[in-house]
Amino acid sequence: MIYWQLFISFFQVGLLSVGGGYAAMPLIQSQVVVQHPWLTLSEFTDLITIAEMTPGPIGINSATFVGIRIGGILGALLASLGFILPGCLIGSLLANLYRRWKDGPVLQGVLGALRPAVVALITAAGLSILQLVAVNQTTGSLDVFRLAIAAGAFCLLRWKKPSPIFTMISCGALYLVVGLIAQAMGCPLM
Amino acid sequence: MHTPDQKPKNRLWTLFTSMLTISSFTFGGGFVIVTLMKRRFVDELGWMDEDEMLDIAAMAQSTPGAIAVNAAVLTGTRIDGTIGMFVAVLGTVIPPVVLLSVLSLCYEAFRQLYPVRLALAGMQAGVAAVILDVAWGLGKNVVRKKDWIDLALMALVFAAQWFTDMNTAVIILSAAAVGLARGLIRLYGKGENRQ
Repeated sequence: MIYWQLFISFFQVGLLSVGGGYAAMPLIQSQVVVQHPWLTLSEFTDLITIAEMTPGPIGINSATFVGIRIGGILGALLASLGFILPGCLIGSLLANLYRRWKDGPVLQGVLGALRPAVVALITAAGLSILQLVAVNQTTGSLDVFRLAIAAGAFCLLRWKKPSPIFTMISCGALYLVVGLIAQAMGCPLM
Repeated sequence: MHTPDQKPKNRLWTLFTSMLTISSFTFGGGFVIVTLMKRRFVDELGWMDEDEMLDIAAMAQSTPGAIAVNAAVLTGTRIDGTIGMFVAVLGTVIPPVVLLSVLSLCYEAFRQLYPVRLALAGMQAGVAAVILDVAWGLGKNVVRKKDWIDLALMALVFAAQWFTDMNTAVIILSAAAVGLARGLIRLYGKGENRQ
């Protein structure tokens, strides 16, 4: 039963995420945090961090990560299979249709409407993670330092365009160093 | 269209190892893998020309699923039909599945360590920034077009995702339905103009 749920959940993610990893993210969040109690939002954010730092598509990384925790190796394989199956089927089918109809008004209309929708979904996903960042995991109070790191990283990304991996590792390293110093001084960050 | 001058078995093996290597070293977004695939299949192996690879990149982006997997489906099919597709997809999928399985099993123990928790907490701030930066860049392009229906759609989708527990799949399908209606109206209107 759990195997079927994993397969169907990630089949939906694979079927409905158009436009790459960031588009898949809100769908994965909806499936594994909101629709099913498989991960907490904090665990989901760790998953995104891990998925970003390791090679491979976010969808497959998520399917494997969630699948193995919920249903072992078989769960991981079925979730990953569910995720890639729609792409394989539709991809080989659409290859022909696309060549013929790619400039047609109907396909253009559908793709044109999906773009703003995907932007909105990515924004919502980013804001929900920012909400998580705003609250200290241990004390439950407002985490000004992490908000400042996020704001600084955002400005840096806008102006200097460093790679996402570099940005995330730098943020982690900064919080780690400051956190260890703060702990040594007797006022731990978390 | 020139066929690869290798025996089928060797060709499939080369396809598999190429995708395995490329997938192992592709960090970040799907377009990185398309760039690496172009370097391998167009520049090094000469199995496709550049235009074909660009077509594949466009199709991979506009079909559902991961760009890397879709690009592997299309490239594999182009190089060796259905068998090529399976081989290419297998090569693409094996590295992340193996790596994430291992990481997933270590995650709980790993997470208990204080320095790891600190680093993850800091990286969460970085993830928020990365995602919002992508959203900002994409949103700017939508706003620039000043298409009021697109802007309304963007606001509605955001509201539905942020304020309700609606399944995101339903939200996306609704947006696609709006686009389909617009496309049909445009098609119908064009037909009337011609008459």
